[in-house]
Amino acid sequence: MGITLRDIHKRYGTVHANNGITLHVTEGSIHGILGENGAGKSTLMKIMAGYVRKTGGTIFLDGKPVEYAQPAEATRLGIGMLYQDPLDFLSLSVLENFMMGRRGGLSSGKAGYREQLKDLADAFSFHLDPDRAVRELTVGERQQLELLRLLALGVEVLILDEPTTGITSLQRRLLFEALKKLADGQKTVLFVSHKLEDVEMLCHKVTVLRAGRVSGEMDRPFHTPTLLQWMFGVPPAPPPCAGGRRGKLALAMEHVSAPGGRTGLRHCSIEIHEGEVVGLAGLAGSGQDVFLRVAAGLNKPREGKMHLIGENMAGKDYHAFKARGVTFLPAARLEEGLMPGLSITEHLALRQERGIRILWNEAQKAAFQIIRRFRISGNPLSTPESLSGGNQQRLLLGLIPEDPRVLLLEDPTRGLDLESVRWVWQQLVSFAAGGTCILFSCAELDEILQVSDRVLVFYNGMMVKDVRACDTDLMDLGQAIAGKG
Amino acid sequence: MQWVRGKKSSLLQALLGTGAILGTAFAVTTLILFVAGAPPLSAFYYLLSGSLGTWLKVAQVLTGWIPLTLCACGLVYSFRIGLWNIGVEGQVVAGAVAATFVLRLGAESGSPVVVLFLAFLGGLLGGSLWAVIAGFLKIKGGVNEIFGGLGMNFVAQGITLWLIFGPWKRPGVGSMSGTELFAPQFWLPTVAGLRLSPVGLALTVAVLLGSAWVLGRTRLGLALKGIGSNPKAAYLQGLKPNRSILIAMGLAGGCAGLAGTFQVTGVYHRLIPAISSNYGYLALLVVMLANYRISAAPAIAFFFVCLNVGAIQLPMMLQLDSSLSGIIQGALVLAALLVYGWRKRKLTMET
Amino acid sequence: MPMTDLNLPLLLGSIIAGASPIIFASVGETITEKSGVINLSLDGSILLSAMVAFAITYETRSLLLGFAGGAAVGGLLAAMVCAFSIYLGQSQVAVGFVLTLAAKDLAYFFGNPYARIYGPQASHWPLPWLHELPIFGPVLFSHNIMVYLSFLVIFFSWWYIQRTPAGLRLRAVGEHPEAAYARGTNTRLVQLRYALLGGLLVGLAGAAFSLCIKPGWGRPQGAEGTGWIALAIVIFGGWHPVRVALGAYLFSFLQVMGIQMQGVWPSIPSQVFQVAPFPLMIFTLALMHMAKRSADEGARGAFSRLRRLARFLSGSAPAALGKNFSPK
Repeated sequence: MGITLRDIHKRYGTVHANNGITLHVTEGSIHGILGENGAGKSTLMKIMAGYVRKTGGTIFLDGKPVEYAQPAEATRLGIGMLYQDPLDFLSLSVLENFMMGRRGGLSSGKAGYREQLKDLADAFSFHLDPDRAVRELTVGERQQLELLRLLALGVEVLILDEPTTGITSLQRRLLFEALKKLADGQKTVLFVSHKLEDVEMLCHKVTVLRAGRVSGEMDRPFHTPTLLQWMFGVPPAPPPCAGGRRGKLALAMEHVSAPGGRTGLRHCSIEIHEGEVVGLAGLAGSGQDVFLRVAAGLNKPREGKMHLIGENMAGKDYHAFKARGVTFLPAARLEEGLMPGLSITEHLALRQERGIRILWNEAQKAAFQIIRRFRISGNPLSTPESLSGGNQQRLLLGLIPEDPRVLLLEDPTRGLDLESVRWVWQQLVSFAAGGTCILFSCAELDEILQVSDRVLVFYNGMMVKDVRACDTDLMDLGQAIAGKG
Repeated sequence: MQWVRGKKSSLLQALLGTGAILGTAFAVTTLILFVAGAPPLSAFYYLLSGSLGTWLKVAQVLTGWIPLTLCACGLVYSFRIGLWNIGVEGQVVAGAVAATFVLRLGAESGSPVVVLFLAFLGGLLGGSLWAVIAGFLKIKGGVNEIFGGLGMNFVAQGITLWLIFGPWKRPGVGSMSGTELFAPQFWLPTVAGLRLSPVGLALTVAVLLGSAWVLGRTRLGLALKGIGSNPKAAYLQGLKPNRSILIAMGLAGGCAGLAGTFQVTGVYHRLIPAISSNYGYLALLVVMLANYRISAAPAIAFFFVCLNVGAIQLPMMLQLDSSLSGIIQGALVLAALLVYGWRKRKLTMET
Repeated sequence: MPMTDLNLPLLLGSIIAGASPIIFASVGETITEKSGVINLSLDGSILLSAMVAFAITYETRSLLLGFAGGAAVGGLLAAMVCAFSIYLGQSQVAVGFVLTLAAKDLAYFFGNPYARIYGPQASHWPLPWLHELPIFGPVLFSHNIMVYLSFLVIFFSWWYIQRTPAGLRLRAVGEHPEAAYARGTNTRLVQLRYALLGGLLVGLAGAAFSLCIKPGWGRPQGAEGTGWIALAIVIFGGWHPVRVALGAYLFSFLQVMGIQMQGVWPSIPSQVFQVAPFPLMIFTLALMHMAKRSADEGARGAFSRLRRLARFLSGSAPAALGKNFSPK
C-alpha cells in the first residue's frame, strides 16, 4: 500500500510545525525521513498515525483520500506506528500485550494467539517468551513485540520513530533484517531518524525536513554532504574566534556513566572552566539532558568521579550542588520548574533563606523588578499557568539566584521569538562575564554556534565531539550529530 | 499588601457559588425529607432552634465547635502540602490516649493546673507522633497516606479498646462506658451555669490565629504551598519535600491531638471508645467545603455543629433519625466539589 | 469456650459463613480497582445497601427483590464515584470519602423505621447429599445461598479477569489507559462498567449482612467498618481475586479466633485480631514499594531472587489506580 501526503499543514497556535509537506512513499519501499530537532518529523508522523489531527492537507492510501482522527482508526486502515515511548502494558505478559486490542479474535482462542505470536517471531528471528511480563523486557524487545503486534493487526504501512535509540546492536541488526523482509513482502516502511548511518544503510529513498518543510529528496545511493546541507541549511559565516579566556576549573567529570532516558550517559570526561559558555548539541535524547542532570546532582552516576569547584561531589544530592552554586533550569517549565497556583511574588518569596516570617514587601519589590527586567507580560499576582510558554521561560530565568557559579539550562530559549532569544543571551552572557560557567542544551545549532565558546556533541549517550565554536561549523557539527564524525 | 494575595474572584462570583451550594443542598434535603414523609419546614425549624434556641444549646454547640475546628486547622496543613490525611481520626484518639495517660500519672499530684497543662502537651505530642508515623510510612515505605492513615486509625481504636477493657479498666469489670472518671479538679473549668470551657475556646482561637499566621505569613506555610503545588519544582528551588511532609503531618496530628485532649478533659472527663466522636472525619468535610482555606473553616465548623446538635431533637420531635445532619453535610460538600471544580476549570480555560 | 469443647467443623463453617459478605465486598472492589477506579465509599455503601435490602424485603416479603435492591444501591454509589471523577474531573478519593459518610447517614436516617424489627431472612439451605459428606459437608455445603454464591464469585471473577478477552481489556485499562485508548478501547466506558459491576457486588455484601449474617437493621447494624476492612484486604491480596478471597478468609478466621481465644489466652487482646488486616495491609504496601525500588535500581544476583519473591507475595497495584484518564 503506497501512501501519499499532499500539502500537510499543522499549526499549534502560532507555531507552524508542518508547513505544506508533500511526499510520496511507494509500496514495498523503506523511506527515510531525516531532519534535526524541531524540523517537524515527529508531528508529521503523529499525524500519519492518527495521534494528532492535521490542520490542512490530504492523505492518500493507494491513491484514495482517507480521513481518520484516532490511532485505532488509522490502524484499521492499515497504518501503524512504533512510538519512541512504547504504549504497552508493563504488568501484563508478552502474549497478553500481543492480544490486547484485537477485535473479534481468533476462533481458537488464546492458543491461537500464542501460535500466531510464535510464527511471527520465528519469521523474524525474534526471541520472545510469551509468558514473561513486559516490564522485564529490554527496550529492543518491547519494540519487537510491538512490531509483531502491528503486523498481526494487518498493518501495511509501518512508521518507526527513532527506533534504534537505546537498543543493542544485535537488536538493531534483527530489526533491519525484519524491515527489509517486510519491504520485500510489499509492506511500506517509514523510517524516521537523525542517524545518517542507519538511514544510508537501510532506506531506498530519503526525504529531508527542515523548519516544517521538505528541503530535499534523494534516492539511493546517498550523497552525505548534500543530505547534511538539507538537514542543517547553509552555514552562515563563522563568528570570529574570541581570545582564550580561561578561568579556574569549575566542573570536572571523569569517566562518568549514569542511567537516564533511553541512552543514558556513558564514559563522559570533561573539564569546564569559569566563564565558559558551553553549548550541548545533539538530537533530543542523545544524552545531553542526562549530562545536565548529572552535573546538577539530580541523577546519580553509576561510575566515575565528579568535582565541582574543587570539591568531590560523590554521593551528594541536588541541594548540596545548589549550595555550591549550581542552578538547574528544566525544559518542562510548568511540570518541573514552576509551581502552579503560586504567584510570581510567592515564587520569589520562597527564595528567602532566613527568618520565620516572610518579608512580603521585599518579595513584591523583587517581583516588580523581575517582571521589568525580564519583560514578563504579567503582574506580581500572575500564576505560571496563566502565562504563555515564552513568559514562563522568562520567569524561570528570572528565578535564577544572584551570582550562580554554574548554570545548567535545558533548552533555555525554547518557544521564544528571535528578539527575546537575543535579549536572553545578552543577560546570560553577562553572567558569564562575571565568572559563571554556562552549560546549555539547545535544538538550534545556529544559536549554539553564535553564543557558545565551546560545543559538545552528544550521540547515542556519548560525547563524540568537543570543539571550540570558532573551530567548527554547521556542517561539521551536523555530521557529528548524525553519527558520522 | 494588595499585590501579595492571589487573584480573588469577584464578590458576585463568590455569592453565586455559595448560593448554588446552599441551594443544591437545600433542595436535596427537602427531597429526602419528602421521601421520608416528614415536614421539611418543621425539620429545619427544629435544627435551628435545637442548636441556637437557648444559651445552653449555644454552649453545647461551642463545645462541639472546639474539637472540630482544632481538627480542621490541622487538616489545612496537610491539605496544603497535598496530602489526604484520613488518619486524623486516629490522631485524635492518640492524643486522647496520651492525655489520659498523663492524667492518670498525675492523679495524686496536688497541682491540677500543671497536670492539665501537661495533659494538653501530651495530647499534642501523641497526636503528632501518630501522624508522623503515617508520614514516615509514606516517605520511606511508599505507603499512600490514605491507607497508612486508615490503618493507623484502626490500630489506635484497637489500642483504646484494649486499654479500656484491660490495664485502665474500671475497678471490677471493663465496660463500654470507658475508664473511671477523673477527679473533679482535673476537669476543665467551665463558665458558671453553662457547660462551656473558656480554656477550650481560647485554645481554639489561639490555634486558629496561629495557623492562619503560619500558613499565610511564614516561610514554612509558603513552603507547604509550594510543595503541595509541585514537589519537583519545589525541590529544584531548594525546598525539602520529605522533611516538610513530616512537619505538616506533625502539625496536623498535633492539632488533632489537642482536640482529643479536649474531649478527654473538657467533655467526657474519661477515656471512652468513641472519644473522637467522628470529629476527625467531619473535619475533612469542613475543610473540603471551605475550599481548603482556613478563613472559612471556623464558620463552616460552627454551622456543622449546629446541624449535629440541632438534629438531636429530631428523633423525639419528628420521629426522624438524627443522621439528617450528616446527610445535609454530605450534600453540601458534594455540591461544593462540583461548584469549585467547575469554577477552576473555567479559570484555566480563560487564560 | 475451653479448647476441649472445640467443634472443628462448626468453627470452620462459621469462618466460611462469616467471610461471605467480605468476599463479595473485597472481590467487587478488586474488580473496580483493577480498572483503575478506587471506590472509597465502600463502608457507607455496605450499610446503605444493607438497610435498603432489609427494608425492601420487609415491605415486599421477597428476598430476591431485597438482594436486587441492595445490589442496585451499591452499583449506584460506585457509578457516582466513577462519574464524578472520570467524567467531571473530581478526585476519586474526595468523592468516595464524602459518599461513604453520606451513605452511612442516609442508611441510619431512612432505616429508622425499620430498626429492631423482625423480618424475613435467607434461610439455611444445606445442599442435598453434599452436606452429608464427612468433614467437607458441614464446613462447605451447609450454609445459606449467599455463601454458595461467594464461592462462585471467587471462581468466576478470577476466570473472567485472567482468562477472557474482556478481562484482559479490564486489566489493560487499569494499567495504562492511554495505551488502551490508542488500541481503540473506550476507557471511560470500561471503567464505568466495572465500577458498576464491582459496586453491585458490594451492594450484595451489604444485603448479605442484613438478610443472612446479622438479620434486620439497627443503629449500629454491626457491619460498620467492614468496608474499610475490605479496602485493606484488596491491597493485602495484591488485587488478585483468589488471594483477596484468602485474605477475607484469614480475616474471618482472626475474628472467630478472637472470640474463641478470649477464654484461652486472655493476655492477647481480642482487638489485635480485629485490627490485624490493617498492619498486614501496610506491610504489603511497604513490601511492594521495596520490590519496585530494588527493581528500578537494577539489583542483581541474590537481590533479584528476593525481589521476585517480594513481588510474588505482594502483587502489583493497577498503575493507573485513582488517576482520571480522559481521552482528548
